[in-house]
Amino acid sequence: MSMSASAVSGGRGAAIVLPIVGWVAKFVGVVLVIATFNFILVHAAPGDPVQVIASQSGAADAKLLAQLRAEYGLDKPYPVQLAIYLKRVVTLDLGYSYRQQRPVRALIAERLPATLLLTATAFLIALTAGVVLGVLAGVRAGRWSDTLLTIVSLLLYAMPVFWLGLMLVLLFSVKLDWLPAFGYVTIGVEMSPLQRLGDIAAHLVLPATSLAAVYLAIYARLTRSSVIEVMHQDFIKTARSKGLTQGNIIARHILRNAILPVVTVAGMQAGALVGGAVVIETVFAWPGLGRLIYDAVLQRDYPVMLGIFLVMSVIVIVLNLITDAIYRLIDPRVALRAAS
Amino acid sequence: MNRREFAKLSLAAGAMGITGFPLGITRSAGQAGGTLNTIIQPEPPILVTALNQQQPTLTLGGKIYESLLRYDFDLKPLPGLAQSWEVSEDRKTYTFKLYPNITFHDGTPLTADDVIFSVTKLLPETHARARGIFVRVESAEAPDPLTVVFKLKTPFAPFLGAFDCTTAPIVPKHIYEGTDYRKNPANQKAIGCGPFKLKEWVRGSHVHLVKHEGYYRPGEPHLDEIIYRVIPDAASRSVALEQGTVQLTQWSDVEAFDVQRLAQLPNVSMTTKGYELFAPHQWLELNNRIAPMNDKRFRQAVMSAIDRKALLQRVYFGLGKVATGPVSSKTRFYEKDVKQYEYSLDKAKALLDDMGLKPGPDGKRVSIPYLVPPYGEIYQRAAEFIRQSLGRVGIDVQLQGTDIAGWAEKCGNWDFSMTMNLVYQLGDPAIGVSRTYISSNIRKGVLFSNTAGYSNPEVDRLFEEAAVATSDDKRQELYSAVQKILVEDVPIVWLIEQDYPNFTDKRLKNVITTAIGVHETFGAVSFG
Repeated sequence: MSMSASAVSGGRGAAIVLPIVGWVAKFVGVVLVIATFNFILVHAAPGDPVQVIASQSGAADAKLLAQLRAEYGLDKPYPVQLAIYLKRVVTLDLGYSYRQQRPVRALIAERLPATLLLTATAFLIALTAGVVLGVLAGVRAGRWSDTLLTIVSLLLYAMPVFWLGLMLVLLFSVKLDWLPAFGYVTIGVEMSPLQRLGDIAAHLVLPATSLAAVYLAIYARLTRSSVIEVMHQDFIKTARSKGLTQGNIIARHILRNAILPVVTVAGMQAGALVGGAVVIETVFAWPGLGRLIYDAVLQRDYPVMLGIFLVMSVIVIVLNLITDAIYRLIDPRVALRAAS
Repeated sequence: MNRREFAKLSLAAGAMGITGFPLGITRSAGQAGGTLNTIIQPEPPILVTALNQQQPTLTLGGKIYESLLRYDFDLKPLPGLAQSWEVSEDRKTYTFKLYPNITFHDGTPLTADDVIFSVTKLLPETHARARGIFVRVESAEAPDPLTVVFKLKTPFAPFLGAFDCTTAPIVPKHIYEGTDYRKNPANQKAIGCGPFKLKEWVRGSHVHLVKHEGYYRPGEPHLDEIIYRVIPDAASRSVALEQGTVQLTQWSDVEAFDVQRLAQLPNVSMTTKGYELFAPHQWLELNNRIAPMNDKRFRQAVMSAIDRKALLQRVYFGLGKVATGPVSSKTRFYEKDVKQYEYSLDKAKALLDDMGLKPGPDGKRVSIPYLVPPYGEIYQRAAEFIRQSLGRVGIDVQLQGTDIAGWAEKCGNWDFSMTMNLVYQLGDPAIGVSRTYISSNIRKGVLFSNTAGYSNPEVDRLFEEAAVATSDDKRQELYSAVQKILVEDVPIVWLIEQDYPNFTDKRLKNVITTAIGVHETFGAVSFG
C-alpha cells in the first residue's frame, strides 16, 4: 500500500464526517415526520380542550369558550396550526401550555428528572437482577432452582404493575411501616443534602421495584434461554477442555454471547419503560413525566402532549443509538460488518 | 399530645364554642400553630380562582382569595371581608362596609377600589358563573375606601348570594388593571388577601401554603401552614388517610365504596355538610330532541322504572338523598309538594304501551345509547344499574365509554341520547337551576346550559319573573309553580342529591362551618 498519510487521514475524516452529516439529516427528518404524525394523531382524537375546562368548572358560556379557543390558538385552521407548530419545533420551542399557564419546556424540565430517576433505577434493577437470575437459571437448567426461578419470573411477568405496587404498599408501608407509601420526598421537613438523598432513595424503593418487576422477568427469561443455547455451542466445549474455570467460562464466554439478544430487547424497551411509568407514577404519586402526559391527554392539552411526544421520540432515537454503540462494544463483529 | 391533654383541649374548645360568635370581628378560639396536610386532586392548573373555576382550583384557592361574605349552612349571609351590608328598599342598591386593615399578600392594603375592579371589571371578563350575575351591575362607587355601593339595573334577587370566595374572589387591582389578565405573570404568585399565601408549588407533588401574617382577623390564621398533596390514585388516598399522612379529605378523594370502612377509623370523623352552596344534583339527562325521548310519557316511564332508593343504597352507598325534582332540598325555594314517581315497572310499561312503543319479538321496545361519563367507578356502576332497570321495561340501553374530553364535547354539542350529568345548584334557582330548563339557554357547544333541549314558554316566564321578584314569598310562589310543571314534564330524570364525605382528623376544629365547606378560607381552622 502506498497511500500517503494525509490521504488516509482525509479519507478517514470523510468517513466520519459524512455519516455524521447524514445521520444528523436523518435525525432531523425523522423528528419532523414524527412531529407531523403526532400533530395529526393528537388532533384526530375526538374531544375539545376548551369543553374539558368548562366541564370541570361547573359553569360555562359561549364567551368563555370563544376566549379560551382564541387563547389556545384553536380558532385557526389545522394546516395553519401545523405550520406554526413545525416552525416552533425547528426552533426548539415546545410552545406554551395555556391550561397550565407555563411554557411546555419548563413543565417537561421539572418533571423529566423524576421520571429519569425512576425509570433508570428500575431499568438497572431489572437488567442486573434479570441477567443474574437468568444466568443462574440457565446454567442450572432443569434443576429445581431453575424451576423455582422460572416460576417466580413468570409470576412477576403476569402480575399487573399497579396491583404489585399496591400490594407492596400494603406490606411495606401499611403493615410494616418501613417505607413511605407515596411521594418522592418527605414534605415540610428541613434536611441536609445527604438526608435528602436518603429520603428520596427510601421513597424510590417501592415504585422502582414495582416498575422493574415485569422487565426483570422478561430479561431473566431471555437470558436463561440464550444462556442455554450458547452453553451447547462448540467453543464452550473448547473452553472447558482448555481447563477454564466455570466462573471464567460464564463471564467471558457464555454471558458475552448470551447477552446480545437481551441488549436488543432492553434497548427497545427502555423507551417503553417510560410509558409503563405512567401507572406507577399514579399509584405512588411520583411527580414524573408519565403523569404529566396522562393528565395532558385527558385534558387535551395539545402543546404539552406534543411536547412530551417529541421529547420521548428523541429519547427513543438516542437510546437506539446507544444500543447500537453497546452492541459494537460487546461484539466486535457488528462493527466489522457495519464497516464492510 | 397524649389523650388526656387532647380531652382537655377539646373541652376548652367546646366551652368557648358555647359563648358563640357575635356579629363583627372577634378573636376566634383555637390553638395556634400546626401543619394541616390534605389532598388536592386532580392538580389544579393555576391557583387564581378568578381566572379558573375548576373544582380543585376553588378548593385550594379558597385559602388564598377571600370575598365579601360567607354563608351558613342555610345560605344566610355572614360577614367576610365586609363587616356589614345593606340592601335598599327597591332591591337595587347594595352597600357593603369593609373591615379595616385588610392587606394583600404583597402588603398592599385592600380597599373598595379592589372590590369594584374585581366585581365589575375582571370577573365579568374571566368567570362564567360570576359574569351572569355581575353584568347586572349598572354602577359601582366607593364613597370612602371602606365602602362599596353597587347599583343594579333591575332587581336581581340572588345578588346578595354571589359573594362567597368561589364566586367573587377579590383580586388586587394594582396587579391586574390594564393587563391581559390570563397572561399576567403574577398569576404564578397567586396574590390574594386570604389567610394563607402560596409559598411553594412543586408540580405533581404538592402545594405549600403558609400563614399570611398581615391577615385582618386577629389571631387568625391559627394554622402555620397547609400542605395540599397531589395523590392521583384513590387507593393511595385512602391509605394516606388511614396512616394519618393527611388530616382532611374532600369531594371524591375517598371513593364512595371506601367511605363506610374509613368512617370506622378511630382518629377521624366524617361529615357530608359543607356542600350546600353547590348542592350537586345527579341526574340522567335525556336528549329531548330525539324520539322517543321527545315524548313526555317516555320520560315519565324512565322515571318510574328506576328504583332510585336502591340506586342510592347500592351504588352511592347511601351518600345522598333521592331527588324529587329540579331544586335540591338542601337549597332555597325547594317545593316538596310535587308529583311523586314511585318505583313501578307496571306504570312504566303502561306508559310505554300507551305511546305505542310495543315490545318486539325479543322483548325490546327501543334501543338507546348511553354515554357513560368518565368520572370514576361510581358513574360506571350507576350506568349499569340504569341499564338493568330500563331493560326490565324493554328499553335496551347500550353503554358507550369515553374520556372527559369526549364526554364534554358530545354533551355540549347535543350529540348524545342519554347520559348522566352532575350539576350544581349554586345557592339560588336563578343561578343554578333555571339554566338547565329555560329556552334562552339552549346554546350549542356550552356545557351546563339547557343541553337536553327542553322548551316550555310557561317555564321560561316563571323562571324569569322569579329571578327579578323582590320578595322571597313571591319567589317561593313562582318557583313552586315551576317545579310542579317541570316534575310533570320530566325534561331530566332527577336521581340523587349527592353528598360528598369530608373526613377530618378529630383534633381539627372549625373545618366545615359554612355552605362552601372545604372551599372556605380556613383562617379559623385549628388543631385543638
